[in-house]
Amino acid sequence: MAIISALFRHPSGRIGMAIIVVYLLAALLAAIGLTPHDALKMYTIDRLKPPSPTFWMGTDLLGRDTLSRLMLGIGQSLNIAFAAVACATIAGSVIGLLAAWWGSLWDGILMRLMDVLLAFPAILLALLIIAIVGPGTFTSVTAIAIVYTPIFARVVRGPALSLKRRDFVDAARTFGSSQFYVLTRHLLLNLVAPLAVQVTLALAWALLTEAGLSFLGLGTQPPTPSLGLMLSESKNLMQQAPWLMLFPALTIMLGILGFNLTGDALRDILDPRTQGRSA
Amino acid sequence: MSPLLAVRDLHVGFGRAPKANEVVRGVSFDLSAGQTLAIVGESGSGKSVTALSINRLVDFGGGRITGGSITLQRADGSALDITGATEKTLRQVRGRDIGMIFQEPMTSLNPVHTIGAQIEEALRLNRDLTGQAARSGALDMLDRVRIPDAKSRLGYYPHQLSGGMRQRVMIAMALASSPRLLIADEPTTALDVTVQAQIMALLAELREETGMAMIFITHDIGLVAGIADRIMVMQGGLAVEQDETDAVLDRPQHDYTRHLLSAVPHFTAGKAARSDGPRGTETKPVVVVDDLVVRFPVGRNPFRPAGAVHAVDGVDFDLMPGETLGIVGESGSGKSTTARAILELTERKRGRLTVSSSRSRRPIQMVFQDPFASLNPRLNVEALLAEPAIANGQRKDAALLERMTFLLDRVGLPADALTRYPHQFSGGQRQRLCIARALMLNPDVVVLDEAVSALDVSVQAKVLDLLIDLQREFGLAYLFISHDMAVVERIAHRIAVMFAGQIVEIGNAQAVLSDPQHSYTKRLIAAVPAIERRNQHFSLDATQVPSLVRPPGYEPPEAVWRQAGGDHQVRLETVT
Repeated sequence: MAIISALFRHPSGRIGMAIIVVYLLAALLAAIGLTPHDALKMYTIDRLKPPSPTFWMGTDLLGRDTLSRLMLGIGQSLNIAFAAVACATIAGSVIGLLAAWWGSLWDGILMRLMDVLLAFPAILLALLIIAIVGPGTFTSVTAIAIVYTPIFARVVRGPALSLKRRDFVDAARTFGSSQFYVLTRHLLLNLVAPLAVQVTLALAWALLTEAGLSFLGLGTQPPTPSLGLMLSESKNLMQQAPWLMLFPALTIMLGILGFNLTGDALRDILDPRTQGRSA
Repeated sequence: MSPLLAVRDLHVGFGRAPKANEVVRGVSFDLSAGQTLAIVGESGSGKSVTALSINRLVDFGGGRITGGSITLQRADGSALDITGATEKTLRQVRGRDIGMIFQEPMTSLNPVHTIGAQIEEALRLNRDLTGQAARSGALDMLDRVRIPDAKSRLGYYPHQLSGGMRQRVMIAMALASSPRLLIADEPTTALDVTVQAQIMALLAELREETGMAMIFITHDIGLVAGIADRIMVMQGGLAVEQDETDAVLDRPQHDYTRHLLSAVPHFTAGKAARSDGPRGTETKPVVVVDDLVVRFPVGRNPFRPAGAVHAVDGVDFDLMPGETLGIVGESGSGKSTTARAILELTERKRGRLTVSSSRSRRPIQMVFQDPFASLNPRLNVEALLAEPAIANGQRKDAALLERMTFLLDRVGLPADALTRYPHQFSGGQRQRLCIARALMLNPDVVVLDEAVSALDVSVQAKVLDLLIDLQREFGLAYLFISHDMAVVERIAHRIAVMFAGQIVEIGNAQAVLSDPQHSYTKRLIAAVPAIERRNQHFSLDATQVPSLVRPPGYEPPEAVWRQAGGDHQVRLETVT
C-alpha cells in the first residue's frame, strides 16, 4: 500500500491514477446497469443528436446514447486488456524464468521462439487466429496475450540471469532449498518491481491494440459496444456528427495516457537509483 | 614557514539541507611540504569526504562545504582558499597542485584507451606536452612507478594488467603533473597483501624522490604506521586525535584510538594465535578432504578443450570437531573455489570428501563474504531464517520459531528482528543474521568465506569474538577463508597457506605464523602491515603468480612434504 500512496505523491502518477480510477468506476457502473440510458435501446426519433442535457455525448445513427455505450465499451476494452495482459504476464514470466534458470540450450530455444513471436504484428497474428477460431473477444485476448508474452519473457530473463548468480541463491543451494522455492521466492519476488512497471505499460498498449482490432472488425462484434467499433461506425459520419468520433477517440487516448503516466511514475518510484532522493 | 595546506574548522554537508546533514563537523589540520598525514577512520567517519573537500571533488558527489577554510599554498607562492575558488581555478589546482589516487584501480581507468594514451592525456593537460614529448614522458612515468618492461606496456589496455599494475598506472597519472600534494584514498584496500606492500613501498620511495606531501586515507591503522609522519584519527565527522605517528601509536589519548589499537585485529606473527585447539586428543576428524581437484575448461569448443584453469589442484586436509582451519592466500589462489567445491556449489573434477556427522542432514553450512548480497532483500528475517528448515522438510511451528529466537539471541540480535527486512540492519548485524541462518540446521562445520572482510574493523573484532563463542558452545568446526592474516591469526587453530591452487604449508597456527618455512608463506607474512614492524622497510618485488592455465592432460607433480615440527608440514619447492 506504500506504493499506492507513493503513486499519489508522484505528480504524473496522481493524474494517471485519477484517470484509471474514473475508467474503472465507469466500467463498474456500466456493469451493474447504472448507465444514463440503455446502451442498446434505439431512440429512433433522436438519431444523430448532438450533445444535449438528455444525451450528454449525443446519439448515433441508430439513436443509441453515446455515453452509455462508451461506458460499456470501456468495460469491454478493460476486460480484454486485463485478461490479455494477465495471460501474457504469467506465460512470459514462466518462459523468461525458465530460460534464465536452465540456461544455455533451453535459453537459446525459448528466447529465439520469443523473437519469432515478437516479429509478428498483433493484427497479423489476430488474422491468423481468426482463420482458426473466428472473430470475437476470445480472439482479441489470445492475439494480444501472444504478442505481449515475449516482452514479459525478456523483462524477466535479464534480471533473472543476474539474480541467479547472487550469493543468496548459492546460500539457498547450501540449505538444499527446492528449485521451485528458489525460483519463486528468490527470483520472482525480486522481479515484482520491473514486472509491475511492464504490466502497466502493457495495459496501455493492449487498450490500443484492442481498439485497433475492433476497429478492423476482428475483435468485439456488434451489437456489443466497444471503443474501436464505435470509432469504426462513426468514420462515415465525421462531417454530420463529429461527436461520434470525438468521444471514443478521446476515451482511448486518455485511457492510454492514464496507464502510461502510471507506468512512468511506477518506474520512478521503484527504481532503486531514485529511491534515495524521495526518502 | 607557512604550511602547504592549512585546513581550519572544516564543515561539509550533503543533500538539500547541507547544514543539517553534516558529515564532517569541524576538522582542522596543517600539512607541511613533504609531510605525510594519515587519516584513519571507519566507514562513515568522514575521512574520505575530508580528503575530497581538499580538491573540491566533493562537489560532484552532492556535498557542500558549509564552513571553515582550506588554504593551499600554490607553486607560485600565492595562497588560495579552496572553499571559495572558482571551478576554473580548481581545475588547475586538481591537475597541477593536488594529485589523487582512488581505491578501485579497476574503475578509475578508462577501459577503452591504452594506458599510454591515458598518461599522455594527463601530461598534455597539465604540462602541455604533445606528440613525441608526451610519449617519452609517459614512458618515463611508467619507469618511475617501476612497471617492468615499460615500453611494451604503454600499448596495453587496463584489462591486460593486474590490479597492482593498474594502481601503479593510476599513481603514474597522478604524478604526471608533479603535484606538491598527493591524496591517496584507500589506494591498497582492493589489492592483495603482497601487492599492497609493494605499492606502499613505491609510494614511500616516490615521496623521497619528489618531496611531495601526502594525505593517506585508510581504515587500517597498522598499514600507515610505516609511512605516515602524522596520524589523524576520525570518528563521526570529528578528528578525535591527531599527533606525530609514534605518539598516537604508543601513547594514544582518546578512547577511540585506544579501541582501534587494541580491539582491532593486528598481526602479531603468531603471538595472538589460539591455543585451545582440540587436535592431539583422541577424536575422529569431522571432515576429510582428499586430493580435491577443480578445473575450469578454457576455450570455446567443449569437445576439444584448449586446456584448463587448475583452480584447485590436489588439496588435502582434515578438520577436527571444534577446530578452526584458516585458509589463507591471495586472490586466485583457489581458496574460495575450495570452499565452493566442498559445498558442491562448484563441480569437483576429482577428490573425495568424507563427512562424519551425527547430528544434521546438512552438516556443512556456509557464510558468504558480502552480507548485502547473501540475503534476499525481499524476505523478512523470519522467512530468511526459516528457509533452511523448510528446505529440509520441517514445518513452520512453535519449535521452529523457538529455535529462530534462540539463535537470534545467541548472535546478539533482538527478538523483534524477525519481522524486519535485511536493509534495516547494518553490515555487522546482517552478517550475524547470516551466521544464525547457517546454524539453523545445527551443522558440524561452518565454512566462512571471507566472512568478516566486508565489515568495518571494530565490527570485525566483535563478529570474530562471536564466532569463537559459538564455536565453543556448539562444538563447531570452522573452515575460515581469508586474505587477512591478522583476522586469521585471531580465530584459527591451524592454518593452510594456498598458492596457485595448492596448499604449500599447513600446520599449527602459531608455528606457521611465527616460523614460516615455504618461500611464499615467508613473503606473505613479511608483507602484512603491523604496528610492531613499522620501522622495517619493504623492498620492491615483482614476482608474479604463475598462470594456472595448463594444457589438456597436464597433471601437477606429486607433492612432497617435509615435517617442520610437531604439526607443521611444508611442501617442497620444485624449481620450474
